[in-house]
Amino acid sequence: MNAISAQAAALDQPVPRRAPSVPSTIAAVAGRSLRDAIRSRWFVLYTLAFAVLGLAVSFVSAAGAGGAGLSGFGRTTAGLINLVLLVVPLMALTAGAASIAGDRERGMLAYLLAQPVRRCEVLLGVYAGLAGALVASVCLGLGVCGAILAARGMRTGAGSMLWLAGLSIALALGMLSVGVLISVLARRASVAVGTAVFTWLLLVFVSDLALMAGAVAMRLRIQELLTLALLNPLQVFKMWSLHAADASLDVLGPAGLYALDTWGPWLHAVFGGCMLGWIVLPLVAAGLCFSRRSPL
Amino acid sequence: MIRIENVSKRFGRTRAVDSVSLALPAGDSVALWGANGAGKTTLIRCLLGLLRFQGRIAVGGRDVLRDGKRARLLVGYVPQELGFHDELGVAEAVRFFGRLKGIARLDAEAALASVGLAGHGGKRVRELSGGMKQRLALSIALLGDPPVLVLDEVTASLDAVGREELVGLLGGLSGQGRTMLFASHRPEEVAVLARRVAVMERGRIVRTVLAAEFASAHQGRAVLHLVMAAEHRDRAVRSLTDGGFAASLNGVGVLVHVAPEHKAAPFRLLARAGIAIDDFDITPVPERTP
Repeated sequence: MNAISAQAAALDQPVPRRAPSVPSTIAAVAGRSLRDAIRSRWFVLYTLAFAVLGLAVSFVSAAGAGGAGLSGFGRTTAGLINLVLLVVPLMALTAGAASIAGDRERGMLAYLLAQPVRRCEVLLGVYAGLAGALVASVCLGLGVCGAILAARGMRTGAGSMLWLAGLSIALALGMLSVGVLISVLARRASVAVGTAVFTWLLLVFVSDLALMAGAVAMRLRIQELLTLALLNPLQVFKMWSLHAADASLDVLGPAGLYALDTWGPWLHAVFGGCMLGWIVLPLVAAGLCFSRRSPL
Repeated sequence: MIRIENVSKRFGRTRAVDSVSLALPAGDSVALWGANGAGKTTLIRCLLGLLRFQGRIAVGGRDVLRDGKRARLLVGYVPQELGFHDELGVAEAVRFFGRLKGIARLDAEAALASVGLAGHGGKRVRELSGGMKQRLALSIALLGDPPVLVLDEVTASLDAVGREELVGLLGGLSGQGRTMLFASHRPEEVAVLARRVAVMERGRIVRTVLAAEFASAHQGRAVLHLVMAAEHRDRAVRSLTDGGFAASLNGVGVLVHVAPEHKAAPFRLLARAGIAIDDFDITPVPERTP
């Protein structure tokens, strides 16, 4: 071996060492993300607010029904659906938006990515940790609500509550994906959270108004109206919740009736597919952007 | 152990790193020396796979872009400042990064004790001083005993005492056969830690010299650390550079390299520019310790 090849061998000499597995890295990042979320005030405040508002809505709804509990789709479930529509997307969007952008601003993201990790592992870990915190928050909020209502002898329908919890979690995961995408794209945490709040306003209020205005001004056909409604995950959640609670979709007007007529027994699959799209597509987009953008 | 081949990195029209090649055999210790904007930090970020670049960098034969995870397994990295979540516990941070490095059973207290942080494991990161945070970063960098240490101006934001302690710790490590690549503004760090010095200017390595040669070139020179209000620092660096001094920003002020007979000149120059100096310290550039 000549001197040059000896030096080259010294330079490239591999050191036998095993990199941690993908699940192990994701679990480590998820654990940190979950602990950070639980430590931060948003988790406690949102969970408390969700539980308190849920109880208030339930008691008011039950009182409106003359104190008699309602099985299946009732005032309580309807009230809780509206509460979930307001609180859960806001919670998930802001949590997701603050995650990557906050770490980037602190310099933590660059430090983290300087460790033996892949970017997709970090992103999935952050997502999994926040998803865990959101699931816990939704379950605690609705669980406390359901338990107190049951203790007070108000029947809310266990099946309805379970469906509502499941669909709330699906909505939270979808909104978390959107929040994480915003976080990956934004340079600063404040911009990311601001954009998340704007997105929430857009989905909760503006899209409804725009849909109504569009239907009148552009004379949208019923199938176009339904398609546009399905593009909003909150509308998907609303329709799916009502359908799951055995309520007739005619409460949603012609679009609901059209959906029932067109898809009938496939409605769960259609709503599920839409929601899955809202969970997966923004997360995939976030992954692609995250792998290309500088963490600095 | 580290092979950097024809690496270039552009930010828009600016060439931050321009066709840089550098090879560090196992056990070598190289200082990247140069003013702010010379490309030292960018080169380190390329080596860590944080930035995409043209060219090739391999650590232990592993390409940092194509096989980044395994390449970084060989690297312990200490940044200029630690950006941890303030509420994170010190021992918890060590355990977290230990898991990322695949160390299942980790004695966090022992890792902390190895850098003089014994008994601090129960604290929150926000309770640590700047120097202690850097030592925490060093203890994390040393987890898993990586053969390569990469340091990016690790003493820039420290006071004189913190700086001396950290350089002392690093000096102990440099003799243990690790390959070390570090960026520095301070000749005294270079003299203690490096075997070779790669001098960078405008993104290029303009020359590579032995640390002993570098030290003798800086013999008798000193580094003035001028503390001043943040809004004056950029103007001070410009005034000093225009006045013929090698000046650069650091965490809390401005560093100026001065010849023995010109130690007061920067003060006069800044006074004429109307820039008030709040405090200063002066560090003689030491001779290299063999």
